[in-house]
Amino acid sequence: MTETVLRTTPEKRRFTVDMRALSPFIALIVLVIAGALINPDFLTASNILNVVTRSAFIAIIAVGATFVIAGGGLDLSVGSMAALVAGVMILTLNNLGGGDMGTLAIGMAAAIALGAACGLANGLIVTFGRIEPFIVTLGTMGIFRSLVIWLAAGGTITMRSSELRELYRPVYFGDIAGIPVPIIAFLVVAAIGALILYKTSFGRHVIALGSNEDVARYSGVPIWRVRTLTYVIQGICVGIAILVYVPRLGSATPTTGLLWELQAITAVVIGGTALRGGIGRVWGTVVGAIILELVANIMVLSNFVSEFLVGAVQGAIIIIAMLVQRSLQRGR
Amino acid sequence: MASVLRADNISKSFGPIEVLSGISLDLRPGEVHAVIGENGAGKSTLMRILSGHLPPTKGSLFLNDQPTTFSGPVDAENRGIVLVHQEILLAEDLTVAQNLFLGRELRRFGFVDDRAMREQTRAALAELGSSIDPDREVRRLSIADRQLVQIARALLVPHKVVAFDEPTAVLTPIEAESLFQIIRRLRAQGVAILYISHRLNEVKAVADRVTVLRDGRLVTVRDIEGLEPLEMARLMVGRDMSKLYPDKPLTASDQDILSVRNLVVPGYVEDASFTLRRGEILGFGGLIGAGRTELFEGLVGLRPSHGSIAIDGRNVHFRDAREAMAAGVVYLSEDRKGKGLLLQQDLRVNLTLAALDKFGRGSFIDVPAEERALDAAVRDFDIRARRRDLLAGQLSGGNQQKLLLAKMMLVEPRIVIIDEPTRGVDIGTKEQIYRFIASLAEQGRSVIVISSEMQELIGLCHRVLVMRNGRIAGEVAQAELSEDAIVYLATGVHEERAADIAAGHA
Repeated sequence: MTETVLRTTPEKRRFTVDMRALSPFIALIVLVIAGALINPDFLTASNILNVVTRSAFIAIIAVGATFVIAGGGLDLSVGSMAALVAGVMILTLNNLGGGDMGTLAIGMAAAIALGAACGLANGLIVTFGRIEPFIVTLGTMGIFRSLVIWLAAGGTITMRSSELRELYRPVYFGDIAGIPVPIIAFLVVAAIGALILYKTSFGRHVIALGSNEDVARYSGVPIWRVRTLTYVIQGICVGIAILVYVPRLGSATPTTGLLWELQAITAVVIGGTALRGGIGRVWGTVVGAIILELVANIMVLSNFVSEFLVGAVQGAIIIIAMLVQRSLQRGR
Repeated sequence: MASVLRADNISKSFGPIEVLSGISLDLRPGEVHAVIGENGAGKSTLMRILSGHLPPTKGSLFLNDQPTTFSGPVDAENRGIVLVHQEILLAEDLTVAQNLFLGRELRRFGFVDDRAMREQTRAALAELGSSIDPDREVRRLSIADRQLVQIARALLVPHKVVAFDEPTAVLTPIEAESLFQIIRRLRAQGVAILYISHRLNEVKAVADRVTVLRDGRLVTVRDIEGLEPLEMARLMVGRDMSKLYPDKPLTASDQDILSVRNLVVPGYVEDASFTLRRGEILGFGGLIGAGRTELFEGLVGLRPSHGSIAIDGRNVHFRDAREAMAAGVVYLSEDRKGKGLLLQQDLRVNLTLAALDKFGRGSFIDVPAEERALDAAVRDFDIRARRRDLLAGQLSGGNQQKLLLAKMMLVEPRIVIIDEPTRGVDIGTKEQIYRFIASLAEQGRSVIVISSEMQELIGLCHRVLVMRNGRIAGEVAQAELSEDAIVYLATGVHEERAADIAAGHA
């Protein structure tokens, strides 16, 4: 009986729109239109480039968070980790003392290596300690944060060499063919992230792990390795974000990266990645990060809401994004 | 006699698929009415409609001859219709008394009244002839005791109709017999009992009337007088039973491919030793909870285990499923939805997950090759999906099982372990799966079939090993294969004798 019913329904290619994948892009368009209506300065090239440039740190970190969350994990430590990586990088540069390219390269390598090491620590504790990632990264969040405060002795860690600062400056303020370097950096990171998540067996394994850990295990997926690697990728992304961040201010303080984890997770969720894992959308994440910065920008340009409430609005956005996802899911 | 609950021409569809069509059934006070049918015949769906869990698509229900609709299971329960679920649905960390009154706690001055609940629990259990301590945690009870608690919980509300869904699946014949006594006591009180099972000897022992379902349709309603189990089987299957199973391939060699010595899976299996031959279909029987699943999960590295395992004379020890697959051993879980397939992902992703290395170009996935593999799998395994981009969770049980088979065959295993190959699968697909298992043996592969359906073991296997309480209780050779031989090893009691005991109480 079942068979005949299925047989007679021809295999037609029905055009189905995945609202979940599309909704962040729709939200972006709506925001751009709203911004243009509110303030004519909004749609100028300089404003738009400025907004996207400012979203670069969060976007890069959020690409890493897409891996962790799509794999069924969570990393709350990224903000503190960013501060620690920034502080250590500046201290390394200061201690090396040079003002040449070589010094800068060593400092950058140290930043990436430290990010990867922090991620590895998170990943190993989560997988081998079999502890909830929420708890593990809550713990490391506190550890990384107080390490920065300790290294800075409660104050600020500043790049001392002015030559080095001049040399490093273009990485944030420079541009290639009119496009600011940070934008190029985050597009490259997102492209590589998308390639890994969508086109490699590792990416497929991440999605399988996030969908159902048992099925992944019974299917012979090396779940420990895959899960640990998602945290390492997250750490490397934090390292890259810091490479772009340090030349902006040239210093790290105890408040560097505060609440970045909230913004990164918000960007990921707005982008359509499922918080319970199993669905990962790298380009949605990028759009999510831009939306967050756009909202802040529109609030500054308009007089509706005080810009001191940016955090509240961003917090509200993540809740609204979850509600929208829930209702779209029910509609399936 | 007037009926207490009557279903008139009930149909139920899920989307375009009609799983029940035109079923009528009347239930009288003081009778035990059995509903029998193969897996997928629609027994459980009918049960869920009668107990308010599902609304019928067509047809109507009558309660005491009044047309009625149930807004949900709670509504049905309030009107005296209770369902004893097949699965044990109890909170393991709570005590027996806490479970019995879960969601309907007795209160005194706004606080829970533990003493009253304890007393009432003791009384309710005594009613069922049991003396389980109300303060015991449920996790420390045996399966049979847990089921008793579940029955006590169901009977706590005033009831006119009690429905039992496959209640003996986890019980030994002796435990089943005390369940039958409870059922007879309820019948004597004028309660109408709906009894769903596919164990025909039991039905013969306990039922007054029998309704037979097949492929969602009503076959017949008969009095138990003069209806023998053999005739019930014929009515259920609707054809000669022997045709369901393919001829056993004459391929079992005397060459051992797998030999297991003293395998221990802590907490589940003690000291299991057996051998598997090339081209052989080896069955594993026993009651649910006897340790069959755990034995093989331990063997392929999904659980901690120790002991000696040799494949082709070489000692191996698998730390995870990946290593087992590399050695040519695959295990297909009985829990298809929880451990077999990614329900939220499409067919292609599911198909290639275990053998993804075979679909690589460098470190990238070769999607066109995956698509070709899906084409081949859909053709070879007759996977019927309305659309290619369907999610695995949207397939029927039978097609999910075929997809799982196709997925694991991509690993090109030499030893295939299939746990409950036809659970939740319709009869047509069953036949296909049996033929497929036989063809595996013909190709020179070795197959282990774990099954709770004795007919399946008898019809399919060259040899059957039976487990009881975590040990291999014995072996039944092909010539001696019979339900009684398997039941005897699984429980230590001959089924005929248990039936005699049961008949003695009628």
